[in-house]
Order: sequence, then structure tokens, then C-alpha cells
Amino acid sequence: MSLSVEINETAVYERPESLMDCLTHYCPGCTHGVAHRLIAEVIDEMGVREQTIGVAPVGCAVFAYNYFNFDFVEAAHGRAPAMATGIKRVLPDRMVMTYQGDGDLASIGTAEIVAAAARAENITVIFINNATYGMTGGQMAPTTLPGQVTASSPSGRDVENAGYPIRVSEMLSKLEGASYVVRRSLHDPKNIRQAKKAIRTAFEVQRNGLGFSMVELLSSCPTNWGMKPVDALRWIETNMVPFYPLGDYKVHPLVNELKF
Amino acid sequence: MAKELLKGNIAFAEAAIRAGLQAYFGYPITPQTEALEWMSSRMPELGRAFVQAESELGAINMVYGAACTGARVMTSSSSPGISLMMEGISYIAGTEVPAVIVNVARGGPGLGNIAPAQGDYNQIVHGGGHGDYYPIVLAPANIQELIDQTVLSFDLAEKYRSVVFLLIDGVLGQMMEPAELPPMRPISNKVPDWAVHGDAGRDKRILNSLYINPVDQEKVDIRLLKRWMTIKANEVRFKSYYTEDAEYLVVGFGTAGRVALSAVRAARAKGIKVGLFRPITLAPYPEKELEELSRKMKGILVVEMNNGQMLDDVMRITKGRVPVEFYGRPGGIVPLPDEVLVEIEQVLSNPLSLDGDPRERWLSRVEL
Repeated sequence: MSLSVEINETAVYERPESLMDCLTHYCPGCTHGVAHRLIAEVIDEMGVREQTIGVAPVGCAVFAYNYFNFDFVEAAHGRAPAMATGIKRVLPDRMVMTYQGDGDLASIGTAEIVAAAARAENITVIFINNATYGMTGGQMAPTTLPGQVTASSPSGRDVENAGYPIRVSEMLSKLEGASYVVRRSLHDPKNIRQAKKAIRTAFEVQRNGLGFSMVELLSSCPTNWGMKPVDALRWIETNMVPFYPLGDYKVHPLVNELKF
Repeated sequence: MAKELLKGNIAFAEAAIRAGLQAYFGYPITPQTEALEWMSSRMPELGRAFVQAESELGAINMVYGAACTGARVMTSSSSPGISLMMEGISYIAGTEVPAVIVNVARGGPGLGNIAPAQGDYNQIVHGGGHGDYYPIVLAPANIQELIDQTVLSFDLAEKYRSVVFLLIDGVLGQMMEPAELPPMRPISNKVPDWAVHGDAGRDKRILNSLYINPVDQEKVDIRLLKRWMTIKANEVRFKSYYTEDAEYLVVGFGTAGRVALSAVRAARAKGIKVGLFRPITLAPYPEKELEELSRKMKGILVVEMNNGQMLDDVMRITKGRVPVEFYGRPGGIVPLPDEVLVEIEQVLSNPLSLDGDPRERWLSRVEL
């Protein structure tokens, strides 16, 4: 008589094929990892891993090409939308994604992102807004909140001197060429689920040739904000969301008709 | 194919298309804009990629992206626009992807003017972007050479995974001459084994210019240098005229070299034993050939449309064994053959020196 019991295991959670099985250099509590996973899940679910080409930024996600399991290039600081344009125009049937932070996209790369959106460039942009320059050690970013203390605004961002933050989604939503521009947040599970749905929609916009799509993700930077990870998530909710309201800033009528 | 009357800017654009160009990205700037305009109608007509970018910075980074896919890609601009492109050019060189860039140079520095000049020699030949890299630089002197070297540029760029510059000036961009275009080559369907192309059934590929560990970057830099040594050994191109019995040598490239040829012919008609050495590859420079030729000469006159940039290379190559003099017209002025002839006669009639800076002697002769 055998005492062994057969257990039928069903995996309910595993690493998406679109993510490499490796350590990342991201700090504990940083939401880059969450954003990476959401993108990888979407790419897997759409079955486009082997047709996707990513464009990495300069900033904390500079090594993103090591973490995703599909073809990747690494752009100069801010130039990812231009580089993605070059790729997409030669290979229009591939999925082309840029992954950019706020310094990359909203400061040094403003011309490139605005021009790509205006051209209705059929690419998908994932925009990580954590209100700071993470890679260089927490300096003031174009998205740093008024009064926010950073390494280069030690007394808090003084709008009299440094000017005001840029609300990128609102700005790009005014362009005819932008088909899908939304802002989501990564500070809790409900918002993370909504972020994933938006990322899927953005890639579907591209797959259907509907033009420029961007998902802005409010993200945490516990290291440079000087906070515990949980406090950093709370800070997104209490400080960033009021300044950067979540929502759909541009949804072309055709996007609403997409079925997936 | 028959010869036809072709404007330089259109000639190199159409030559590139016939060489199998798959993507062109550019930005309007005088005196190269006709190339962009030509591309804007021809490329879409052929189902190929064309984008008028938001800036030269955008254009070169589009070139960078397209180059990473293994496509034949080019851009063209003029001096200030090329300066703006230097960031991307360094990245392209560091990523070791092929790209062709045409500089229809104009007077500078700064905004300068829109007249033809050669003041970008140092920037293009000796770098311009940051880091250790070595672009191939071709300098045609007429429209036919411009066409032929445009086709050659793509082959060299792909063979060596290198940036290739065509360094011309407003004269060559704007002038019309009879020339023959090459037959239309089919676009290659072959995807290079390094290309980021989004293909199924293989491991992912990464293309970048980032080597965070200096040990790795050092290896890359040395690999680039070794590749450059191969290019130096195999790709030198130049033309020499009347050098067999020459006692004096004029050295000039592109438009200045062409003007100098007229002056050399006029000098020959007067019985002066003078020849012309015209480098076609400014990088790799025909160092050995010039060095050997210079040993037979009593004196050398370098003629450029700048303040004496290639001059420094000629002096380095001739190692102070031969007296070198200089004549330049910077700022957008094209020298006249008669002016160069006067300079040739001046070299003959005055005692030559191995010392000092030829630019100082030139400045003492010119009146501005």
C-alpha cells in the first residue's frame, strides 16, 4: 500500500517569457520592476515577443535591454522616439516600444517626443514619471513637484527660479497625431491592474496601426526620495496623483472600437 | 546609361537610391536641401522610408535606429547641421552600425554663411563626436565622382560596419555637370547577423554603445582601432596629376583640388614642373603615397578653402623633410585658378623654409 499522494500543480504565477531570468540593478521598492513585468505580460499575452523591438533610454532604465527578452537597442539621452521612428519606418510590421524616464522624455528629449507624437508615429511609449533624475542621484527633474526637495533643489523646487513641472500627458494629448495618451499609477494593486490594461491598449493601438500611443506611469523612487518603499508608494498617492491626475487624456474614437 | 546634366545634391541622392537606399532622414539646410526634396518624392514613390525630421538631432537618431535594423540608410546636411548630428554619429560609431552621411559644407564657424567651404575638415576627418572612433571620409571633386563615391560609401559602410562621410561643399552640391548614374540595384533582403530586426526563432539581440565596465570598452576601442588599420591598408584612394617629372607639388582636395588642377595646368603651360596630389579618401589619408611623392619635391603648396586644416596632416606626413607652403580661402570663398597660379610661382621664386608655420607666411602675403 502506497502512502504517496499525487499532487496536480497548476502554475498561477510565473515569470513572463518576455522577461529575462536575471537580477536587475533597480533599488529595492522601485516600481521599474513592476512596469517591466506589466509590459512583459502584455507582450506575452499578445504573442508578439519575437516581433518586438525595444528602445532603452538613458537614465535608471538604461539597462532595460538586459531585462527584457526581445530585441533591443539603446538610445542616446532623450532620443529614443527618434531612434524608434527609424526602426519603425524600416520595419512597420514590428512592435516598437520606447521606455523612458522623465528626464529623458520630458527634459532633454522633449523635441523628439513631441515630434514623434505629432507625426502620429506608430510606436508605443512607456513613460516612467518618478519626479526625479534617478540614475544621477536624485536631481530636480522636469516633473519634480513645486517645493519638492531634490539633490539640485535642496530648498525645494522654487518655481520662481526653476519654473513649473511639465504635465506630459496633458501636453501631448493636444496633438492630432496622438491616438492614445493616458496616465496611470503603480502605487497599489488596483492601479497596477489598470496600468496593465492601459499598456495592453497602447500596444493594441500600435498593432492596429492607429498611431502614437503613450502610457505615463507614476512611479516611486524610494532611494532618491529618501523614503521607505511603502512610504514612497503612499507619497505617489498623496503628492503626485493630485498634481498629475490619473485618467485618459486622449483616446481616439477608433481606439474605443478595438477588441482584444 | 547615358550622361545627363545633374545637380550635385540630386546626383548623390539619386545615386544613393540606386545603390539600394532603404531609408533617408534629413532636415532642410542650405546648400544641401535639394537632396532632401529629391528624397521626399523619390523614396515614398519607391515604397521606401523618408522622414523630414524635427531637427538634425532627430534625423541622425532616426538613421541610428534604421541602421540597427541592418537597412541601408543615409542622411545629408551642411556644417551647422552636421555639428548637431555629432552626438548620434558617435553613438553610431560606438554601436558599430553602418551609416552614410553627406556634409555639403558651408562657411563657418557658427551660422557662417551658405557659400562653399572646407572648414569642416578637422571635424569630419579627425572626429567631431566624443570618444575613439574612425569614420571613413571621401572627398569627390566632380559630380561623377560624387555619384560613384556615394555608391562606394554604402559598400564601405557595410563592409566595415562604419560611419562613412562624403565631405563635399556648396560648389559640388549646387553645380550641374554631365554625369552618368548607376543602374538601379535591387534592395538587399539579407538581414545581417548582427541586426536588431525582431525575428522569430533566435535569441534576442542587443545593439548599443554602452560598455559600463571599462575593461570591455577598452576591448571595443582597440577593436575599432584594429579595424581602422585594416581600412588604412585597403581603402586608400587618391589621384595624382603631372607628378612623374614634377619638382613641386600642389596638394588639395575636393573643390580646392579641382581649382588647383586648373592652376597646375596653367603652370605647366608656362613650363613649370608642378604636379597635383588630390586625396580622395581624407580618412584613411593616402599617407604613404604622399610621403613617397614628397621625397622627390623641392617644395609643396597646400591649397584649401579654410585656414589650413589638411595642412597639418601634410606637414605631419612629410615630417619636415620638404618645405611646405599654404594658400587658403576660408569663410566661403572659392579660390580662382589665377590666384593659385600666383602662389605656385611665388613658391618657385622665393627661398623656401622648413621652419615656422606656413600659415604665418601666408598671412603675411594676403591683404584683407
